[in-house]
Parts: sequence; structure tokens; C-alpha cells
Amino acid sequence: MTTQLVRPLPTAPRRFALVPTAALLLGALYCLLPVAWVLVASTKSGSELFSTFTFLPGTGFADNVSELSAYRDGVYWKWMVNSAFYAGAGALLSTAVSAISGYALAVYRFRGKESIFNILLAGVLMPPVILAVPQYLLLAKADLTDSYLSVLLPVILSPYGVYLARIYAAAAVPGDVIEAGRMDGGSEWRIFRTIALPMMLPGLVTVFLFQFVAIWNNFLLPYIMLGDDEKFPVTLGLYTLLQQGSTTPALYTLVITGALLAIVPLIALFLVIQRFWSLDLLSGAVKS
Amino acid sequence: MTRATRRKAYGVKSAPYVFLVPATALFLLFFALPIGYALYLSFRRTEVSGLGLGKGARTEIWAGLANYTEALSDSELLHGALRILGYGAIVVPVMLGLALLFALLLDTERLRLRGFTRLAIFLPYAIPGVVAALMWGFLYLPDVSPFYFLLDKAGLPQPGLLDGGPLYLALANIAVWGGTGFNMIVIYTSLRAIPAEIFEAARLDGCSQWQIALRIKIPMVAPSLVLTFFFSIIATLQVFNEPTTLKPLTNSLSSTWSPLMKVYQDAFVNNDIYAAAAQAVIIAVATLTLSFGFLKAANSRTKQGDHQ
Repeated sequence: MTTQLVRPLPTAPRRFALVPTAALLLGALYCLLPVAWVLVASTKSGSELFSTFTFLPGTGFADNVSELSAYRDGVYWKWMVNSAFYAGAGALLSTAVSAISGYALAVYRFRGKESIFNILLAGVLMPPVILAVPQYLLLAKADLTDSYLSVLLPVILSPYGVYLARIYAAAAVPGDVIEAGRMDGGSEWRIFRTIALPMMLPGLVTVFLFQFVAIWNNFLLPYIMLGDDEKFPVTLGLYTLLQQGSTTPALYTLVITGALLAIVPLIALFLVIQRFWSLDLLSGAVKS
Repeated sequence: MTRATRRKAYGVKSAPYVFLVPATALFLLFFALPIGYALYLSFRRTEVSGLGLGKGARTEIWAGLANYTEALSDSELLHGALRILGYGAIVVPVMLGLALLFALLLDTERLRLRGFTRLAIFLPYAIPGVVAALMWGFLYLPDVSPFYFLLDKAGLPQPGLLDGGPLYLALANIAVWGGTGFNMIVIYTSLRAIPAEIFEAARLDGCSQWQIALRIKIPMVAPSLVLTFFFSIIATLQVFNEPTTLKPLTNSLSSTWSPLMKVYQDAFVNNDIYAAAAQAVIIAVATLTLSFGFLKAANSRTKQGDHQ
């Protein structure tokens, strides 16, 4: 017993960093708060929403979901499917274009390479509205506005995606491997498809995810392009629902339930794949 | 040179151009052409002859710089720019300050719950701006907000969060909430890339955690800070989704609150695409000037540091 008292006791604060942990927990609380609120609020019936304490769960979750599903013959679910289509197809095409452009810009030496790259990159800096207004007018001339294509086509080329793909191709595809492929008589396309593409795959997952989130979160482009609410993505759909809600507060419960359901797939996707993100790509990009 | 090698050399030469066809075509169609068209429109206006009825009564004519002088003297656009300035003056320092702080905290030793807190703070990145604005909008609404409920129970005065000065804080909070985690991850990732021996050496020299953070870590992640700053400025200048979403909840948010909202209003509500085009061009030029000016300033500063 006495030896224990003599030995210097490991003091509690040294065992783990209390203050940093507490500060980060506060930050986490701040970030989770609105999500927690929307989770609780979606369980409330219309009358409970305005009368009970906001963090007290209500009794109306099932009713809210079925009411939301019934709203205008299930238009909400159509919005979700549309969002999945815009983000899924858009991100896939965008990743494909980024991959091949990034690869070309990383491994070949050719005239105009840096100018092409810089011009593409300047696209990142263009405010979406300077593009979206004339894009709308031009697509109107082609009779393409208010169509799925009008929301899909403009997002396929992502300057940021090309930039990331170039950095990733430069880092992941060694020049001698391409040279060896040429020695074996492979065509340039075949070398890209069978040798380089698999090597670039982890980086391309990141490009895909960035694009998926960016397109799912897109609001301005569909807001400008679409008139028919059957083609709306869920962000635009919720916005119109909220707008109507300001005159019909009964719709508020639908908006809240809709917001919760709209973030569930994104959070699920985020949790499943966050381990695959190679975010070092970003800081690696800064250093080069 | 045999025919086969010649063909192959030709293949290698033309391959990058072929590979860049999709990107170039999309760029021309959806970037270059719209920008050119916007520029063209910004120098045009419609002239109405007679009563403006019937076909041919409205003709498009050259307007010179009229749309630009009008836009630059438009008080609504100027006020929008000033509002964005005020909004950005809150968002950018608070968001990047928090992102840097959280990244440094994540990088401390003997931390608990590192994975959980990192993920939780990054999570808002996955949530659309519209949905974020919607969720916070309800939290700002006195009838449903837990904050108001608590203030009420405590008998404290209840501030109007969606009016006047607090409106800026309310909007800034949404941007800070949505962007801190992403920037934190960018900074944290580059902190992880610093070799551990540097810290070991500093500790042996008697540096405290604070000194290490201040003198070693922050200077070494300066490039990421530049990048996050750059992206934050661009995002701030283009703010549209959040104020547009909050608009139905308050009367204090005009439909021309931010410059982009004004462009939208003129293009699609007032049907004056020429004025809208000129404004869009002005915003684009301002954005490019600010971003390049910032990058240049950041670059020359880093160079100065190198010479020391």
C-alpha cells in the first residue's frame, strides 16, 4: 500500500487532453444540433410543432411521412429520384471526362498544354450566375430548357475535377509503365483504359464524391432551368414547399420531414465512403 | 522509320488532343459560349417602337456601355455588394479561424473521440445549402426554436434573429456551420503531412504545445490556409442559396439582398436580360480581380519568406 502512495501518481489531466477534447466536442455539438433538431421535429404533428418543447419527440412521424408521400401524388419521392439521377449520372460522366482530361494533361507533352489547362481552370472562378443566365438563354434556343438534360449537361465538365484528376494521374501513373505499355504495342487508348485507369481509381473515387455532393447540393442551375416541378431535384422541391409553407404553416411539418429524409441518403453515403476519400489530394495539390 | 512506328508516333502525338475533345467541347458549349453571349448581351438593349405591341415592335439594338453605367450607378446593386462585404467580414475569419483551431486541436496528442468529432464537424459538408438554411431557419423562428423556448423560460428578452444586424449573423452562421468542417479537413490533412521529427526536435528544444502550434504548425500549413481563404472568398461573393431559402421566413430579406439575387431578379423576374448580363459581367470581373489579387499577394508574401 505504501509503495503506491510513494510512486508518482499519474494525474488525471495528463492521461488525455481534456481541454482539446472538450472543445472539439463543443464543435461537434454545434454541427450536429440542427440535424438533431430536424430529427426530433419530424416526429411532431402539426400542432405539436408549435406547442411542445422543441427537443421533445412527438407522436406524428409515421403520419408525417405518409402525408409527405401523399402530397401531390408522391411528388416528393420523384424529387428524390431526380436528385439521385442528376447527381449519379452527372458525377459519373463528370468523373469520366475529368479522368481522361486529367490523364492527357498529366502524362503527355504537347503544344498548348498549359494554356488548355489554365483556361479550363479559370472556369472554377466563374460565378455560376454569369454562366447560368446565358446558358439558360442558349438552351432555350436549342429548346432544351425545362428538361433533364438542361440540368445535367452543364455540370459534366468540372474544372475542379479535371484539376484533381491531373494531380492524381501525375502522382499515381509512372511514366515507365506507360512506356512499357507502348513497347508492348498497346494503343494510347488501351494504355489509358487498362493500365492508367486502374491506377487512378482511388483518386477518381474522390472526384466522383466531390461531384456527387456538389450536384446533389446544386440549387441555382435547376432553379433557373426548370419550370415543371416533376423534374425538380429535392433541394428545389423543398424550397418551393417552404415557400408555400410561409402562407400555409401546415406544410411546415412536411418541409421538416422532407428535409430529414433528404439528408438521410447523403449522410449514409458520407458515413460509408468517408474512409475512401483521399483528402490528402487537396493538400498535396497545394504543395505541388 | 517503319510504317508501324510512324503510325504509333503519330498516335502518341494526337492522343492528348483526342483525349481532350470531350472537355474542350463541353468547355466551348457551356463555358466559353455562354460567357461570350453574356458579354454580347451586356452591350445590347431592346428598343420599343410605337406602343410596343405586335411582332417587330421590339428590336434589339447596340447599347454601348449604357447597361454598365446603369449597373454601376444602381444603388441596389451597390447595397448588395456592401451587404456581401459585411457578411463576408463575419463568415471568412470566423469560419477559417474555427477550421484552423479545430484542425490544430485534432492534431494534439492524447485526444479522445478524435474520429467522432472529426466526422461530426465535417458532416455539414454533406448537407445541401438549401436544407441547411431551412433547418437553421426553423431554429431562428420564435415559434419553433429551442433557443427562444429557453430564453422565454428564463424570462430573457428575445432578439429578432431575422431582422437588421442579427440577420447577418444568422446568415453567416449558416455558412460557418456548413463550411468549417471542410476547411478543417483540408488544414488537418496538411498538418498530418508534416514530418514528426520536426516536433520531436522542437520539444527537445523546450517548445510548448502552444509554441509548436504557433511557430511551426501554422506557418507550415500556410499554403492550405491560402487555398481555403481563396475558396471562401469565391463562395462568399457567390452567396445565393441560403438567403434565397430564408426569404420566405422573413420580410427583411429582399429579393435583391445579394448581387447574384439581383442578377436573377433582373434576368427572370424583370425580364431585363441585358441589365442582368452587364451585372453578371461586373460581378465576374470583381471576382476574378479579387481572387487573382489575393493569390498574387499571397505568393509574394511566401516568396519574401523564402528570402529570409
